[in-house]
Amino acid sequence: MNSTTHPVSGATSHYRFKPWNVGRFVIWTLFAVALIVAPMLFRSSLALTMLSQIGYLIIICLSYNMLLGQGGMLSFGHAVYTGLGSFIAIHAMNLAGKGALPIPLVFIPLVGGLAGMLFAVLLGYVTTKKAGTTLAMITLGIGELGGSIALMFPEVFGGEGGITTDRVYGQSFFGITFGPAIQVYYLIAVYCFICTAAMFAFTGTPLGRILNAVRDNPERVEFIGYNTQRVRYFAFIIAGFFAGIGGGLATINFEIVTGADSLNVVRSGGYLLFTFLGGATFFFGPIIGAVLLVLASVLLSELSKAWLLYLGLVFLFMVMYAPGGVASLIMMNLRLAKFGKLRQLWTSYLALAGTALVGVMGAACMIEMTYHLQLNAALGPELTFLGATLNAKGFTSWFGAVFVMVTGFALFELCRRQFVRQWSRIQEEIEHEIKRGEAL
Amino acid sequence: MAADNATYALELRDLRKSFGKTEIIRGANLAVAPGERVAIIGPNGAGKSTLFNLISGRFAPTSGDVILNGQRINGMAPYEINRRGLSRSFQITNIFPKLSVFENLRCGVLWSMGYKYTFLRFLSNLHDANERAKQLMEMIKLDKKRDTLAMNLTYAEQRALEIGITIAGGANVILLDEPTAGMSKTETSRFIHLIKEVTEGRTLLTVEHDMGVVFGLADKIAVVVYGEVIAFDTPDKVRANQRVQEAYLGSVIAEEQGAGH
Repeated sequence: MNSTTHPVSGATSHYRFKPWNVGRFVIWTLFAVALIVAPMLFRSSLALTMLSQIGYLIIICLSYNMLLGQGGMLSFGHAVYTGLGSFIAIHAMNLAGKGALPIPLVFIPLVGGLAGMLFAVLLGYVTTKKAGTTLAMITLGIGELGGSIALMFPEVFGGEGGITTDRVYGQSFFGITFGPAIQVYYLIAVYCFICTAAMFAFTGTPLGRILNAVRDNPERVEFIGYNTQRVRYFAFIIAGFFAGIGGGLATINFEIVTGADSLNVVRSGGYLLFTFLGGATFFFGPIIGAVLLVLASVLLSELSKAWLLYLGLVFLFMVMYAPGGVASLIMMNLRLAKFGKLRQLWTSYLALAGTALVGVMGAACMIEMTYHLQLNAALGPELTFLGATLNAKGFTSWFGAVFVMVTGFALFELCRRQFVRQWSRIQEEIEHEIKRGEAL
Repeated sequence: MAADNATYALELRDLRKSFGKTEIIRGANLAVAPGERVAIIGPNGAGKSTLFNLISGRFAPTSGDVILNGQRINGMAPYEINRRGLSRSFQITNIFPKLSVFENLRCGVLWSMGYKYTFLRFLSNLHDANERAKQLMEMIKLDKKRDTLAMNLTYAEQRALEIGITIAGGANVILLDEPTAGMSKTETSRFIHLIKEVTEGRTLLTVEHDMGVVFGLADKIAVVVYGEVIAFDTPDKVRANQRVQEAYLGSVIAEEQGAGH
């Protein structure tokens, strides 16, 4: 066989996919450092709350992506597992607070995780019987079911008011009471790091790889010895476990859980939306998604009443033009950087961003004026938006907004055409270089 | 009962399959000895692919038995049949498009090496599975495309990968559904060589339209017409068979001669 001439298949060569190579070690160290120093950089109490939320949402979005990105399972009911994890965790905390259960607070997230796993064992069996559209519909049904059951049993789920708890109970954990928010943040950060590492490790195991195969071509998997239903089921259970941990951490963070908020389908939809925005095709995509989720729901909602509309538009455009999410955009540009082509593009990027910003400003002015007319008509027609005073009933304001928007988007379109040509030329160059590399 | 059938690698007994009121397979009988290479030929719509689908578990037969290595397997799910030592390829290329060549083959290896649904071990540490996937990659001559995604391979390479996945699990009965369909003449002759090489010592059943492939590859030929096996014998005897001549081969040979002029 002439194959030994190739460096990869030489008898002495080792497999390239090492779980701990240098690049990976650096990335994980950076991740750990980021988790540690984040609260030192952002010191306000709002920032700390946001960081804590990001921490457990990373776990939840990653666990969701185990289904969506790695297994091709479109679930509309992930909040069932985070929510039930939260509820079991809060009951465990209250029992522990009374001294009836000897569980220290640091292990409460694990209680949530086991609860999430248990419910995934029960409900996941039905869910994963089928794939594709059928699975999506079943998850939607179970998601609705979760929300309505929460309201039917107020003694378990606390009804409208929810259930409250106190996270400071029992003996302190080596002097840590978990009273101050900063201590809770670090608890979340530790869990976040461990869970992220564990879920990344999962992608390198036989089950993780077969899960990818089931996503790509379930029929073929049946003919290489695997029961695809089992593969989906096991992945679902593992995802349920991590979802439950996320739910447990949310409970510790807020000290309250309400059924209407934690178990409903809108919550599930949020996990889906932001996992997708972050990027379902790459492992780290959902981490970006979790950050975006918190930024959108905390900051964007402060900025504008129309934030859900903006979010919807962003989602729409991402699905249409960048279905791989933010992560895929990053990876595409890293690829360019690897071949030393990124520098050619930065002027184009600047032009694209500038013109898009102008267009979006114009559009945003119109949206804000419409919202103002509908919601704040009693306050008169005037509103201030980004420092400018607009008259929602005045011709000049509307004309100005339309003009800015049209000009912005027209220029954007011009830049975009130029950019597309440039982009495809660079891609061709890269293809060429790869071909040449292979021929050598 | 196992002792009676153990002499055959694969046996079909009065196998029948109906879709609605239409009976597609109408009492097929076949007994393939271990290590035999059998080509299944027949006109379009005769039920060759349906026969494969019944044997491999894609469809359950309406009646009759499929016996693999002395065990009845009719009605079992594809994965159960695969675990008992039968593996198949597909007429339309059926691989994992978003996984690399190496990953495709490793997926094919995992179950048979006992790794099953493991999630507590790293793939990179499964040296036997990796070694086996590497060997397969060399066997199907794709070792230079190790990390290429399967969807970026050429058609002939994808067909080779398809066969690689099929033999990966070490099944002793291999079913190939039109392995050379859509290939050029030169590719086909190379491919026949490859198939012979990789299925060495195993029982092989293949559906094939190309008579050159059939006579070049098969120890025995089974002729399927209207859902029945009307002849099952060595190539020479099948060629001489009057019934086969009338039902099928005559027209094919005439066609090929016609095409030659």
